[in-house]
Amino acid sequence: MSFPWAKQYEPATGLTRWLDERLPLPRLVYNAVGAGYPVPRNLSYMWNFGVLAGFFLVAQIITGVVLAMHYAADATVAFAKVEHIMRDVNWGWLMRYAHANGASFFFIVVYIHIFRGFFYSSYKAPREMIWLIGVVIFLLMMATAFMGYVLPWGQMSFWGAKVITGLFSAIPLVGESLQVWLLGGFAPDDAALNRFFSLHYLLPFVIAGAVILHIWALHIPGSSNPIGVEVKQESDTVPFHPYYTAKDGFGLGVVLIFFSLMVFFLPNALGHPDNYIEANPLATPAHIVPEWYFFPFYAILRAFTVDFIISAKLWGVLAMFAAILIWFLLPWLDRSPVRSGHYRPLFRKFFWFGLIPCMIVLFICGGAPAEEPYVMISQIATAYYFLHFLVILPIVSAIERPEPLPNSITEAVLDKDTNATAPIAG
Amino acid sequence: MAETTGTATPETLAAAGDDGVRRRDFINIAAVTAAGVGAVGVVLPLISQMSPSADVLAESSTEVDVSAIEPGQTIKSIFRKQPLFVRRLTPLEIEAAQEVPLGELRDAQTLDERTKEGHLDLLVTMGVCTHLGCVPLGAVEGENKGEYGGYFCPCHGSHYDTAGRIRKGPAPTNLLVPEYEFTSDTVIRVG
Repeated sequence: MSFPWAKQYEPATGLTRWLDERLPLPRLVYNAVGAGYPVPRNLSYMWNFGVLAGFFLVAQIITGVVLAMHYAADATVAFAKVEHIMRDVNWGWLMRYAHANGASFFFIVVYIHIFRGFFYSSYKAPREMIWLIGVVIFLLMMATAFMGYVLPWGQMSFWGAKVITGLFSAIPLVGESLQVWLLGGFAPDDAALNRFFSLHYLLPFVIAGAVILHIWALHIPGSSNPIGVEVKQESDTVPFHPYYTAKDGFGLGVVLIFFSLMVFFLPNALGHPDNYIEANPLATPAHIVPEWYFFPFYAILRAFTVDFIISAKLWGVLAMFAAILIWFLLPWLDRSPVRSGHYRPLFRKFFWFGLIPCMIVLFICGGAPAEEPYVMISQIATAYYFLHFLVILPIVSAIERPEPLPNSITEAVLDKDTNATAPIAG
Repeated sequence: MAETTGTATPETLAAAGDDGVRRRDFINIAAVTAAGVGAVGVVLPLISQMSPSADVLAESSTEVDVSAIEPGQTIKSIFRKQPLFVRRLTPLEIEAAQEVPLGELRDAQTLDERTKEGHLDLLVTMGVCTHLGCVPLGAVEGENKGEYGGYFCPCHGSHYDTAGRIRKGPAPTNLLVPEYEFTSDTVIRVG
């Protein structure tokens, strides 16, 4: 679906006309990310991050395919193969550093994308399906990133694999056998390394498929926008190309500057030095931490220290998964008819002074050792996290009095100049 | 069943017997059933291939000579690619383990239940924290043995006592005592 004023694709040459009648691929692209997709004219830079996430997915697939050409998933040589890539393979260091830091940047842009969604309630009707698919993409990303981190077969790889597969052993009755089944052995070894490699190669393409569904679902209602008022007329929109291809291109350039800074000057800043020690099943690193992008969820996992009906370990595991699965319920927990946080005074306060500090605290605690005061702080933050989504959000959306909304995007952009209904570039 | 498959034209109705069941219904059910059984038959090996392979299982027992372990000393061995702690307890450590009232324990077990008869001083446990699988400290001279003088897991702060029982921290159960037996006075076979 698109708006009735969307530009129609007109094949310009004989060749494109021939193609359009047989496989209308250029038409599909034109309507998806070309001039045939009308987009709200008021999108801020917060709307760049979907395209940026798409860019990093492609970058990860390209560098990953290259790395796989020089790697071997065998516990006896995997660690050496990574050093082989770093020292012997032409430009191997660049491919590996781009891939490792690319994962971090993928998560940075996706986190901003998700929190943009929180602030502007992008999950609300009619965009629930976009949101649900997005959460699925995030879960797939987490699985992919976790398995990728195991492949260099360093100490953090090994112990990360052991701790994370150990989560499954918390499940009553079948847990232990499930962990052995997942690992193909009693501890991470060749079998686990090989299956993680296989799945690490597969899942990005599953993510790509889910991304197509995500964009497809997005194109039914069209993009949301910073004021949260739906598109009503042609003057509310501009064509995606050239307006947002240019804006996204500029944003991509800025992000690539930061990406290059990391890859070329601080390539190991986001990694852990212990992963340059080969995996040793008999020696645990003093302090096992996951990759930084898992810190908030790792803090929630470790926040449970007391058995209550079920073991503390199982509580931690359930809470960690629930912390993400709860996002699936957001469209129904937040019942305010107003989308944008700019027009929701109370919601906005709980976002900036509740959820954001809570995530920062969980992030810090997740990277800290499991000792006081971090355990208690992460317990408080975990409690707030669930309280925010399950209690605060429904109550706020019920009692809050939103500020008056503009009548249309055009009105908001042109500051109530009601005469200006003609399309204006910019 | 007849009304769910195909359109009921006069011809097909005529083809049905007195009970309203057509030959085509039988063929449908038989075909779908056969395909279903076939699908299950394919899924089973696909699931089972993930379980430990024969060579992994072949390494699943280990022999350890325990004669040279001095009281107070622990040796680390490997059982199923995971660390195994074999510890010769001192009389003081045995006493400390036996003094604890069972009611205080999260996972109530006596030292006698965790050792073999006549070998109360030989504690054989996995060196795998029951929380998330880290290797606890305390097996090597000079390492932190935790607040109860046994083992201490640095990952999430679980303390085990001299019988390898969980006393403090997030781990739910005592360090696992694997199945083992004395093959002679000085050798144990684990697994």
